[in-house]
Amino acid sequence: MSAILDVNDLQTSYGSVNVLAGVSFSVQPGETYAMVGESGSGKTTVIRAIAGLAPAQAGSVKFDGQEIRGLSERAMRPLRKDIAMMFQDPIGSLSPRVTVRNLITEPYRIQGMKEKDIDAEAKRLLALVNLPSHFADRYPYQLSGGQARRVGVARALALEPKLILADEPTAGLDVSVQGELLNLLNDLRDRLGLSMVIITHNLNVVRHIADRMGILYLGRLVEEGSTEAIFDEPRHPYTHCLLSANPEPDPDAQLERIALKGEPPSLLMRPSGCEFRERCPVASDICLQTPKWEVNNDHGLRCLTPR
Amino acid sequence: MSDTLLEIDNLSVDYETERGDLKALRDISFDVQKGEIVGIVGESGCGKSTLISSILRLTAPNTRFRQGEVRFKGDDILTKTERQMRDLRGSDISIVFQDPMQTHNPVLTIGRQLVDIQHRSKATKAQKLDIAAKMLAAVGIPDPQARLKQHPHEFSGGMRQRIAIAMALMSEPDLLIADEPTTALDATLEVQIIERLKDLQSEMNCAILFISHHLGVIAELCDRVVVMYAGAVVESGDVREIFHDPKHPYTRRLIECDPGHIKTRARILPTIPGEVPDLANLPDGCIFRDRCEQATDRCHQVPALEKLKEGHFAACWLNHHEEAAT
Repeated sequence: MSAILDVNDLQTSYGSVNVLAGVSFSVQPGETYAMVGESGSGKTTVIRAIAGLAPAQAGSVKFDGQEIRGLSERAMRPLRKDIAMMFQDPIGSLSPRVTVRNLITEPYRIQGMKEKDIDAEAKRLLALVNLPSHFADRYPYQLSGGQARRVGVARALALEPKLILADEPTAGLDVSVQGELLNLLNDLRDRLGLSMVIITHNLNVVRHIADRMGILYLGRLVEEGSTEAIFDEPRHPYTHCLLSANPEPDPDAQLERIALKGEPPSLLMRPSGCEFRERCPVASDICLQTPKWEVNNDHGLRCLTPR
Repeated sequence: MSDTLLEIDNLSVDYETERGDLKALRDISFDVQKGEIVGIVGESGCGKSTLISSILRLTAPNTRFRQGEVRFKGDDILTKTERQMRDLRGSDISIVFQDPMQTHNPVLTIGRQLVDIQHRSKATKAQKLDIAAKMLAAVGIPDPQARLKQHPHEFSGGMRQRIAIAMALMSEPDLLIADEPTTALDATLEVQIIERLKDLQSEMNCAILFISHHLGVIAELCDRVVVMYAGAVVESGDVREIFHDPKHPYTRRLIECDPGHIKTRARILPTIPGEVPDLANLPDGCIFRDRCEQATDRCHQVPALEKLKEGHFAACWLNHHEEAAT
């Protein structure tokens, strides 16, 4: 099976700030891949760079076998049918002066698909995301956060993409609405065979939706593997810290929390050796050397003192 | 009498809109004791924000207080003059908002903002800067003296939220309102903020009203929990009672829906079917009736918030039934 998305050594810098220092991962058809990491780790830049919305100075991004890194906007446009973005802020990503009908059918206009019956399509897309058809006449300010999110999903699905890049699709949603959205995405994946890359810091979401996951730290993957493997046996100390920080909805939960020391280092002054060294609870002298990316049993790791 | 700091008593608040009165809060009653951490949990539109702005009296112009009282240290806040409110806000009651990126003035240094907020104090500027640095250190900002000269953009999101907490605690308030202070932060920072709030709360002994829809955070931080749904309190009680023995179907469903509860991978996550009722056009009877799996004919009447046992209240007919059965 060939990957729908194959990212290899992707690098992005803004001036001297090296935001992505070589990120590699691939997504199989029908697979959901989650990218997790703290604020500033480069999660959003990864998907923006894949979609051509952020610069990528080096590396390769292959979509369905075709190299798409560095394509001009013109060359990229036909591909945007196949690669859809879901942006982070549900209300902010919808133009306030445009009705839902026009928002979700705008992709047809952009792609010059004049033959489409806009009303019928709007109805179909709203039904797809379980919104009543009279929502077509609403404006974004008349939508709740969850409804706006579903409009975002409807818009992303308009052109029947093969790949969805979703930036924090459940941020700010209530738990029951969050469940609805995740069920919807899971269902669409099953029915339409979508592949997805999901950026999130909500580990509870990752566990239920992702097949594979990667943990990003300072613009580099430090661990990657199947979601089960990472949750059951996290090997990188950073992954361990992240998982242990997840608050439990139980007042009597016995949490063995591993404290993360200090603040994330500045990208302008990347630490020598292992970049996580200074905050790592188990760092030793060996960590002054730079760890290599090693893959064992489909489980990638960048650490000299794994658990 | 009296360790009660804040008492909300039968508070009902409407918003006047073109579609008629939107009944944002109905008969809200709960209290906060001195030095206690009370969590308010509920989904969007349940009235959390209206409640906070009512306590601070920072409500929109179309707000109408229909009934009830908000007593802070025994005095009704709703009858205070604007001048008296100003004396309360930021000194006796302060607030930390949701978005740490928008809380601070981007063009002023953090030091300047921390000094400005001490405008009531008679101390010299040097003393105020000193207090500011101490406060930054207390919320875990390393090298506070140097950091005072920096602008908000030079701090990470987690640090900015900690600075917002420092600002809110500067005047040693009796009540700190924290409005979803960790929603914009990732899990590691969230934990840092919770730990910091716990520490500061025990040092300063201020009460915290902690608003969140994140059940994990509520479970970890709070002594007591108030569960709100569509403008009403449906249940309130000790945090253990609420999480281990919820007495309102909405509370039960809410806890079940939290994916943090489900350890193995679920293909389909539980949800609460249906929509929150329109507050401008309230259905009769129990507010949760349309979405409740256990609703009966009795639910066409509004159930009162009944005391089930000491400190545990729920507004549901099912509990009356249990009483009758036993």
